Amino acid sequence: MKVCIVGCGAVGSLFAANLARLDDVEVWAYDASQAHVDAINAHGLRLSGAGEVVARLRATTDAGELPACDFGIVATKAMHTEAAIKATAHAFTEGCVATVQNGLGNEETLAGHVTRVIRGTTFPAGKIVEPGHVQWDVRGDTTLGPFEPQPAPAAEIERLAEACTRGGMPTEAVADARGPQWRKVVFNSATNPIGALTGLTHGRVCERPDLRLLVSGLVDEGKAVAAAQGIELDPDPEELIDHAAKPEVAYNHKASMLQDVEARRRTEIDYLNGGIVRFGDEHGVPTPLNRAIWALVKGVEQSWQQ
Amino acid sequence: MIRSVCVAGAGAIGSLFAAHLARVADVSVLARRPEHARALKERGLRVSGRSDFTARVAAATDPDDLPEPELVILACKGTDLEPLASRLAGHFPAATVMTVQNGLGAEEIVGAHGDWPLLSSVTFMSGTRHADEHVEYVLDTATWIGPYRGTTVEDARAVAELIVSSGLKAEAFDDLRPAQWSKLIFNATVNAVAALTGLPHDFHFAQTEEVSSLGHLVRDLVDEGKAVAAAVGVQLGEDPWEMNVLATQRGHRHYPSMLEDVEAHRPTEVELITGALVREARRHAVPVPLHTALYRLVSAKEASYS
Repeated sequence: MKVCIVGCGAVGSLFAANLARLDDVEVWAYDASQAHVDAINAHGLRLSGAGEVVARLRATTDAGELPACDFGIVATKAMHTEAAIKATAHAFTEGCVATVQNGLGNEETLAGHVTRVIRGTTFPAGKIVEPGHVQWDVRGDTTLGPFEPQPAPAAEIERLAEACTRGGMPTEAVADARGPQWRKVVFNSATNPIGALTGLTHGRVCERPDLRLLVSGLVDEGKAVAAAQGIELDPDPEELIDHAAKPEVAYNHKASMLQDVEARRRTEIDYLNGGIVRFGDEHGVPTPLNRAIWALVKGVEQSWQQ
Repeated sequence: MIRSVCVAGAGAIGSLFAAHLARVADVSVLARRPEHARALKERGLRVSGRSDFTARVAAATDPDDLPEPELVILACKGTDLEPLASRLAGHFPAATVMTVQNGLGAEEIVGAHGDWPLLSSVTFMSGTRHADEHVEYVLDTATWIGPYRGTTVEDARAVAELIVSSGLKAEAFDDLRPAQWSKLIFNATVNAVAALTGLPHDFHFAQTEEVSSLGHLVRDLVDEGKAVAAAVGVQLGEDPWEMNVLATQRGHRHYPSMLEDVEAHRPTEVELITGALVREARRHAVPVPLHTALYRLVSAKEASYS
């Protein structure tokens, strides 16, 4: 089996290195960072932290080098999906492409360039320490399922999930992957931008009763948009939010969007709250709070261009 | 004609009043810091920008060290009003006291500390404080004055005439509430959005091209404010949305004080401005979900640095 990781940042590297441990899987990594690619080709891709792995695989910044692959796993930031799949689509003419990205709308973008698309949601997290070396912070599960308008065959989704699981990334193939995806999107949309706008960690956001009400207001809108599409969120994102606020879980965690804002990097707000607003508009569900938060974080991004 | 004025609280607005009024009356400044009072006594108070002169003023940190004035202008920020008013308690019994704070409720705070006749005012002028004894006069828009407690429109007119004779703009009104509420809604909207995004009050606040454009949020916030004013029974003076559009077209990128406060990690006026609007809304059962969200976010942002 040939698998190409498209976007070999922290999450992409977790999939790449773990899959590359398997004898029956040939892994390619396509990434825009020449330094990261060169380091992987010279010394292998190293993971440390939640797991210690050094994996040999082929990395490239030139999509033209990619062979025909059975699977693609797209792990870029959501704003780079279009460019990344446009460059690599030729490698997946006969294959299936999965997204394990944040937010809403990535599947639709992939479907504009490839035929068989897999809807995915993943919880493992890490960060790039130096080129070729990724710190694996959080282990977690991945869910894969069909993108309904242009689905990959169920047997192929099973085959990819089985390989990921065997490589050390527990992955479940399901018939409807929208629930896990929306649960994560609603969770992220209700908490990440609040951290980004206030500068507070997840735990401090949740312990302010007035702010926690705002979080719930955002959750309620997201749940209503999911419900209008027949998507059930189980467990309730509220439970995930309260669980993460515990001191031993993620009380002191700075949301990735807060880290982005502090580093003045473009955020994924268009695909989180912006995605909820777009799907809400399509299904006639009002989303005034998500709309307000979307505009505020866009305003933060605009303030850097002054 | 009023011959003696004490300006209590000499930030940008207080300094502009003190320097200009010193050209037509005896002016004293009640400062909080001894070095501020000393700088004013030794070097005078310099105005640059739209005016260019240096005024002689008396200055002290203890009201007992200042001559008894006919008029006291309380020009401090809303967050400093309570301690300043309590320092004035028992002093200047013959004076009329005028508040200039943003938002609602300044008159009640001051009135609780003495029986002075009270005037309300809102000011639209702006300045930048460059040093204890140097202020730049930026926007030459008017100060509007109205009677509040134990005063008539004639008293308001006398103060307006004094201010006009000093080279600033002012106007007296029978009922200040239309102007006060227009400015309240304008400040609650613009200041909070600026504080959360980091954007000065510029063209972004009137942009409506995209779904996520900030102008939509600004307009929705103004509409919530208008609904509260209507429920309270106040007919607005200027339309806050038009005030917003006009201000963004001036080409001057104004930094609202709430933005300067969060950047300097100081307490903001959010309680007197957005907090006041939200409380009025609750009293009259008008839903203001967006102002409530911004109130919670700005309050939480303050908590992140305190």
